[in-house]
Amino acid sequence: MIAYLFIFLGLVFMFFGTLGIIRFPDIYTRLQTSSKCDTAGAIALLVGLILKQGLDSFSLRILIILVFLLLTNPVASHAIARSAAIRGIKPWRKKKNVKGG
Amino acid sequence: MTAVTIIITVLGVTASLALYRVIFGPTSWDRLIAVNLISSKVIMIMVAAAVFFERRIYLDVALVYAIIGFVSIIAISKFLEGEGTNKK
Repeated sequence: MIAYLFIFLGLVFMFFGTLGIIRFPDIYTRLQTSSKCDTAGAIALLVGLILKQGLDSFSLRILIILVFLLLTNPVASHAIARSAAIRGIKPWRKKKNVKGG
Repeated sequence: MTAVTIIITVLGVTASLALYRVIFGPTSWDRLIAVNLISSKVIMIMVAAAVFFERRIYLDVALVYAIIGFVSIIAISKFLEGEGTNKK
């Protein structure tokens, strides 16, 4: 039962990460929601699958995939952000209202 | 409606929604972020299918797909950094 709770949490993280990809206005904000979706959603969903499977060689292999994803996803996000910053992409700012404020 | 159907359907629908950013993204980095996200979701689909259908070989496919996706993302972002464009 707790395995399905973790899997549901992972699916919720995945859905809101994709919503942020579609709705946010800038590269860096989109990268932030994408990184949350990759790490938090992957941790929750794969831990749920490990708990459902039980402890054997099958779930050890899932654990290896989880550790590999946790090592490589922040590196990939940092490489994308660094290349965008080197090419001079400015962060998004809110446009000022005409009537002040 | 079993659990594996719900998992694969939700992940597939969200991957299709992220495909919007691949097609209409303003810059190349938006497309790269969306491709990274779709690759991660496909890995999740493979692991879920391996657990629920008890096919052990899908886990090896998921691991190799993760390695190839990581290398391609690093290579394309280094390419977009300015070596491959017409910079005067």
